[in-house]
Parts: sequence; structure tokens; C-alpha cells
Amino acid sequence: MFDREQWAEIFESIGKNKMRAVLTGFAVFWGIFMLIILLGAGAGLRNGFSYNFRNTATNSIRLRGNETSKPWQGLPPNRVISLEEADIEALRHAIPGIQHISGQYRVWRGNSRLRYGKNTGSYNIRGIQPEHRHLQHQRIIAGRFINEVDEVQDRKVIVIAEDCRQELFKGEDPLHKWVSVNGIPFEVVGLYEFEAGGMERGSRSPVFIPLSAAQKVFNAKGLVDDITFSFADASIAGAKQAEQRAIHTLARRHNFDPTDERALWVNNNVENVGMLGSIFNGINAFLWFVGIGSLIAGIVGVSNIMLIVVKERTKELGIRKALGATPAKVVGQILMEAIFLTGMAGWAGLVLGVFLMEGIASVVPGSEFFRDPTIQIDVALWALAALIVAGALAGYIPARRAAAIRPIEALRYE
Amino acid sequence: MIVLKDIRKAYRTGANLLQVLKGIDLEITDGELVSIMGSSGSGKSTLLNIIGILDNYDSGEYLLDGMLIKGQTETESALLRSKYIGYVFQSFNLIGFKNALENVALPLYYQGVPRRKRNELALAMLERVGLKEWAHHLPNEMSGGQKQRVAIARALVADPKVVLADEPTGALDTRTSEEVMALLTEVNRDLGKTVLIVTHERDVAAATQRVIYLRDGVIENAHLDPKSLSTAMDGVRVTNKPAGDVRS
Repeated sequence: MFDREQWAEIFESIGKNKMRAVLTGFAVFWGIFMLIILLGAGAGLRNGFSYNFRNTATNSIRLRGNETSKPWQGLPPNRVISLEEADIEALRHAIPGIQHISGQYRVWRGNSRLRYGKNTGSYNIRGIQPEHRHLQHQRIIAGRFINEVDEVQDRKVIVIAEDCRQELFKGEDPLHKWVSVNGIPFEVVGLYEFEAGGMERGSRSPVFIPLSAAQKVFNAKGLVDDITFSFADASIAGAKQAEQRAIHTLARRHNFDPTDERALWVNNNVENVGMLGSIFNGINAFLWFVGIGSLIAGIVGVSNIMLIVVKERTKELGIRKALGATPAKVVGQILMEAIFLTGMAGWAGLVLGVFLMEGIASVVPGSEFFRDPTIQIDVALWALAALIVAGALAGYIPARRAAAIRPIEALRYE
Repeated sequence: MIVLKDIRKAYRTGANLLQVLKGIDLEITDGELVSIMGSSGSGKSTLLNIIGILDNYDSGEYLLDGMLIKGQTETESALLRSKYIGYVFQSFNLIGFKNALENVALPLYYQGVPRRKRNELALAMLERVGLKEWAHHLPNEMSGGQKQRVAIARALVADPKVVLADEPTGALDTRTSEEVMALLTEVNRDLGKTVLIVTHERDVAAATQRVIYLRDGVIENAHLDPKSLSTAMDGVRVTNKPAGDVRS
């Protein structure tokens, strides 16, 4: 393999037919290049969609009251179902393997005014329970999140995000300052990092207050907008079971038909993630298929050229055999040439493809559909392995042809 | 050195079986300078190819240096060729993109001789054939006689026991033919190699010690005196120049 003579001959052979080598190499170059681009695009799509789930517990279900569509036990359809605080406790006991649960109440169903000194702004105010932080992750930059004591004592505390701090406090440290929420003072206890993206893209960050305080101060009458809980069994079947259990529990408490699909709005994250996962696996498999296909076209090209090389060099190979070249030497020569040709061209394609994807990743901002289209190192290594195999495959048939040449026939060949 | 016992060889061309060698018995001792003559199609080239382990035979026995040459694999044959035999061809068969030195060094490469060593040996051999100054020239920059001398250097470089030459002067004019024959004679006399020359030229055969005459696949005379060629058969062509060998 590290035989100087052999390499000299490989360069000699390629050098004599530069154009042919370049055109052949281009097919392999293009094959690998396309493979990298396709896989990068696949990774970009997957990263984009995964990004939407980055802060959400993927083993969670969210429920919201809706309107019934079926009559049930003498009750008419089209009744509005409103979830209550008491439902939270009922669910906590009803669902086996439950980990965290939190209700959420959106104050005044829209944006409310926050004021600090002369500065004001409209924000989505959400009353939540301490366990919310396990379900919808918020990265705390300063201070703390709503805790159990806040909840029990109905403390008027608020957690805000960076954009809110800038608007209301300008350069000031917001911690332990009092802001007025629709005229009622709340103490800022925490600052979290808000990432615009997903469903909240373009909107402003929500601010969080304890659910108990929201109930009292804003007169929510024990109602909650939605309930989110997470559970231990994150399999599709486990998620389905937890979902059914929750629906049945709420159906009993609110008197609706448990088979009524419109009574509750249910968002099962396990199902969502599972479905997206299988979609992306499908897309990925398809991209590999297409990429490998274009690579094979390149391999066939190299193989074809090597066959011509062997044919052109029949006499020369015959002379070599007459001078004592073993079949292994001759095969090695042809095989190495094919591997070298595919290897070099493929390597160029690999490097260019990776650079292009890195370039795209650094220039194009990430969105919820496409983000960071760089391929993993293991994928690049797989592509490289595919290349070596490709080179060997490309050289195999020509090399066998070369080995089968009998010196006496080769010498007669003109 | 070379012992052939009842060697038979047939070529299949379509449905026909063409018997080329019909039982050759031959002995060539170490250090002999022998020529093989015969008309076109008499099987002399086939015989040389069998002796050179380039071709196989159908039946009989071929002993090279006491070793039975039969049923070896391609790889074993290659190693035997490398060790025992040096070839000189009518059309030189130098590799066009390699210079004289590289061409001469090639058999050593296949014997696994290190680069520096094989270049030394190759250069020494080129010097012996009088072409040291031409070491870095490509074959197409040389005359026919020079090319054949490079080919002879290549045949000798690996120090084989036997040198086989198939019409070595077939593509050369009279003067260079004489030079090449002088060189081959020298190889036999000074280096002690067994030299076998297939030829249809009486002058060439006359320069050897013994002439083997083949006719229709059998040996007509295994001990023809070269001197008798130039006297007794003077004016009579031993063979017609075969059409295939005429070079335009």
C-alpha cells in the first residue's frame, strides 16, 4: 500500500489521462457531495423541529376544556367544559406514574398591562404552579422561579423575561422591585431567558405569577385554562393509557361522554414526538437512499473507466506478468488506482459538502423548520467508509479482469 | 537444465482442435546456446512459451532445473518466471512510459528488491549492454537495436538461469541484428546463461552452438550443426518469412 513504485504508477496512469480521471472523479465527487447536502438538509429539518420541543417535557400531555359534541346522560351537546383547580388534584391521584402536574390560568385571556414607574408594556400573564418548571423548562438567569411557598401563601410575586426587563427597567436591576400588574403590585423574584421560537415566535415573552395569587387577585373563581402533566412511562402505549385515564377522570367530574373527542382539547407530546421521529427517520432513510444512489452512479463510472484502463493496458500487464508480476501485484495495482481515484474525488466532495453546510448554518438563521444543517461526525465517517467501499467495488471487476489476463494472450494483444 | 518429455499441446479454435506440438522430447544442458528453427506454424514459439512458463501444455513432462513444471498456480508460475527466466521479445515489449533504467529495474521490483539496490543493479546492467548514457531515456527515443539491448539488460538483471529470446532480431536490420546476437553470445559465454533463441534467420542460428529444427510439431533434428546451415544449405531459405512477422 505504501509502495513508492506502485504510487508512481498510479500517478503515471492517472497523469496520462487527466481529463478522463477528472470526469470520472467528478461523478464520485458529485455523489458524495449530494449525499452530504441531502443528509445536512435532513439534519437541518430534524434540528428545526426538535428545537420546538427543546423546552417541553416530551413525556407530557396538555389538556384544555372545550365544547361537547355528544349528548350524555340526558345532558345536551354543545356544553362548554371549563377545567378547575380541583381537577388538578383529581388527576394527580388518578394517573399512575404521574411525575409533575401544573394548571395554568391566563389572566384576562390576553395581554395585560405591566407598569414600573413610567414604563409600561403588555404581556401575557400566566398563573402557574411551581411544578410548571419541570414541564416547560425556563432557564433562570437571575433570582428564582415560582416556588411552593409562593403557591401556598398566595404571594404576589412575578417572574419576567429579558425583553420585559429591558422595557420596564431599562438598565436597572429588576429583582425585588415591585411592578404593577393591572394596578396590583407584584414583586419581581426572577428573570428567565426567553427564546422566541415555535408557537411563540414573534410574540413577547409571557410573565409568570403563582396560580393561587392569580386566582385570588384576578378573581378566577377556581378555573384554570389548561392542565399539563408528565408521567413515567414515555412509550406510545403508556402515553395513550395516561391520556385515556385523564379523559375518563375529567369526563366523570364534568359529566361528558368519555368518547366525545371534542369535549377536551388534548395535546399528547409523546405522540407528537413519536410521529415526528418516525417522519424524520423516513426522510433520513430516503435521503440516504437518494444519496447512495448518486454515489453508485459515480462508482459505476469509475468501474467503467478502470475496465477501459485494464483493456488498454492488457499488453503492458502481460509483459509485467512475464517479468514475474504475481496476480496479486496486478490486482493490487488496479484496486489501489480505483480506490485512490474514488477516495480523492470523494474526499473533495465530502470536504466541500461539509464546508457548504457549515456555511449555510452560519449564514441562515435557524427557524422552527430548518436549523443548523451540519452533519454529525459519525455520518461523515459513514460517508467516508461508503467511499472506500465504493472505491473497492469500482476496482473489483476491473481488477479481476486484469488478474485473469494470461501473459501469453496479453503479449499477443495489440 | 531443461528436460522435455513427450510434450503435447493443442489449441482449440472453434470446433477444431489444432495439434501444435505432437510429442517433443528435448534436453538442453546448463550453459548451452541453442537456437530453435522451423517453418511458420511448426510450433517453435509455442515451445518457447511452454519452456518460459508463459503457456501450459496438455501432456508430457517439463522439468526445469529438475523441477516438474505442471499445475502451478498463476502466483507460483510468476515466482518461477521471476527466478529462472529472462525474456527477450521480437517487439522488445518495453513499457513505454518508463525510461530504460525503470524498465530494466522492473523484474527486480517484482522480486522485492529495494529501490536503491535495484537501480544500482539496473544501471550496472545497462552499462554492460553499453547504454549507460541512455538510462533516463524513454523507449521511443531509442533505435530498435538500443531497445533490444535494453530488453536484454532487463532479461538479465534478475540473474535468471535461462534466457529465452523469441525472434530477437525479427524487427532489426542486419547490422543491429549482428550486434544483438553478439550480445546474446556474450551473455552465454561470459555469464554462463543457458540461452534459447527462436529464429527463422540462418545467420542468427549459425551464431549458436546447436540448432533444433522443428517441423509440424515434432523435432526433425535436435542436433543440427550450425555450420551446416551456412554451407550445406547455402542459398536455400530454411523457412519462409511468415506473413505475420513482416513489419511494415
